[in-house]
Amino acid sequence: MDIRFQDVGYTYQKGTPFESKAIYDIDLSIKDGSFTAIVGHTGSGKSTVLQHLNALKKPTEGTVTIGDRVITNLSDNKGLKSLRKKVGIVFQFPEAQLFEETVGKDIAFGPKNFGMTEEEGLEKARELLPLVGLDESFMERSPFDLSGGQMRRVAIAGVLALEPEVLVLDEPTAGLDPQGRKEVMNMFHSLYKNKGLTIVLVTHQMDDVAEYADHMIVLEKGTVMKEGHPREIFKEAGWLASMQLGVPSTVKFAHELEEKFEWTFDPLPLTTDELAAQIIEKLPTKGGASV
Amino acid sequence: MMDKLIFGRYIPGDSLIHRLDPRTKLLGAIWFIIIIFLANNWVSYVVLIAFVLTAVKLSEINPKFFINGVKPLIWLILFTVVLQILFTSGQTIWFRFGPVVISQEGVLNGVFIFFRFVLIIFMSTILTLTTMPLSLTDAIEFLLRPFAAVKVPVHEIALMLSIALRFVPTLMDETEKIMNAQRARGIDFGEGNIYEQMKSIVPLLIPLFVSSFNRAEELATAMEARGYKGGEGRTKFRKLAWEGRDTTVMIAFAVLSVVLFVLRT
Repeated sequence: MDIRFQDVGYTYQKGTPFESKAIYDIDLSIKDGSFTAIVGHTGSGKSTVLQHLNALKKPTEGTVTIGDRVITNLSDNKGLKSLRKKVGIVFQFPEAQLFEETVGKDIAFGPKNFGMTEEEGLEKARELLPLVGLDESFMERSPFDLSGGQMRRVAIAGVLALEPEVLVLDEPTAGLDPQGRKEVMNMFHSLYKNKGLTIVLVTHQMDDVAEYADHMIVLEKGTVMKEGHPREIFKEAGWLASMQLGVPSTVKFAHELEEKFEWTFDPLPLTTDELAAQIIEKLPTKGGASV
Repeated sequence: MMDKLIFGRYIPGDSLIHRLDPRTKLLGAIWFIIIIFLANNWVSYVVLIAFVLTAVKLSEINPKFFINGVKPLIWLILFTVVLQILFTSGQTIWFRFGPVVISQEGVLNGVFIFFRFVLIIFMSTILTLTTMPLSLTDAIEFLLRPFAAVKVPVHEIALMLSIALRFVPTLMDETEKIMNAQRARGIDFGEGNIYEQMKSIVPLLIPLFVSSFNRAEELATAMEARGYKGGEGRTKFRKLAWEGRDTTVMIAFAVLSVVLFVLRT
């Protein structure tokens, strides 16, 4: 399912002294089956864009097309619910949404709202727990007795339970330890690879963008500055720095090597494996003259 | 949701009213509510309306906000007005239908009640729109100070008030975030029958309570870590300063009271 923004703008509290323009003139497209990363620093309008992806907000200007549904300022609220099932959003610190007595019931909450019975919902929860790295023994536990990382996983399972076609992730690894971050990101990547989910990732972690994304959107001050493949965008390290954004550590390392040995990396390596492979190629072969 | 909560919100500005001492504004608002009951004829109401409109003008705030302040209470006001009209007995009867009697005095009383409500709301709206909540709690703390002699924990009450006010916007943000998260999981807030609507509140309230309790505990720890130990000997960052203009306003209120007293029939 494709999502397209055309000249989208959103102004908070229009017509009051508190009026503030959050985003404007946004044109972007998220293709079915892509892994899109949205980057931009705090206040760039990421969260507002995100809330348009499943019509939690209606644009005050322009149109958002989600699948075959067109949403403008004038469209009514009927039938938006079905969009919410197709586009699942994992908000920042999603553990704040937990409220049920047991983990199982909390995961089943979403599916029940979309017409599943309690039993089907619990069945779904039982299926999903291993997927997010927890086991069935968690079903009957209270979500409030879990550790932060476990709560996060339960909350993510609660969104996956909707079986969305597009999964939107708002800094899903914020506040997790490095090990937890890796596990959670790998989980999303396998959902993308194995289940064909379209993924939209909002993040500050350029390493994650380089590792997983095949499409990248840079937001700054409420509008899109650049859209394209991460490999193209990360070439412009200077421009990114002027946006107060960094480059992934692989790219940084490659640039340092380029300076030191006058090597050129082409194409730009994004993952550690790509970087390693290119370095091996450039290294003098064994027994030959050393640099 | 935030759009509707403009009533009672501080609007920054630099008008004469904004610059008044919060104590003046608080005392003035209370004083006004008391003396409005002195008015019992047309002339005195005209004086009061002129007084309030002058204050509105001086606050340099769009009058729309004052009208918006009345809107949420309009049904309560109309209900009271209708009761007044129906149940005031008078000599000049305009209309009689069985037990329903409408007299000139009743209608007059109804109109007076209407203006009384609207003026009180306007006056308190001036107070809340031009005074920062924290200044207001400072004023409350100052005015409650005499009660400290009878062991009323004035400082603690003021602290509780300012913490509560401080966290209103935080809580609103939090509410919106959780509402979004639950809407994304298929909840429709404000739709369906009453039972369904009540049920949809649960997934909102429980996370809000949980996070509020957590936040309260964190705040307490943070305060202790920074050496907070109650109000004794504590100095203030924002000092209240009584200026000439505050005295002028108080004199204006005194004059208004005398005028109303003289006009009373």
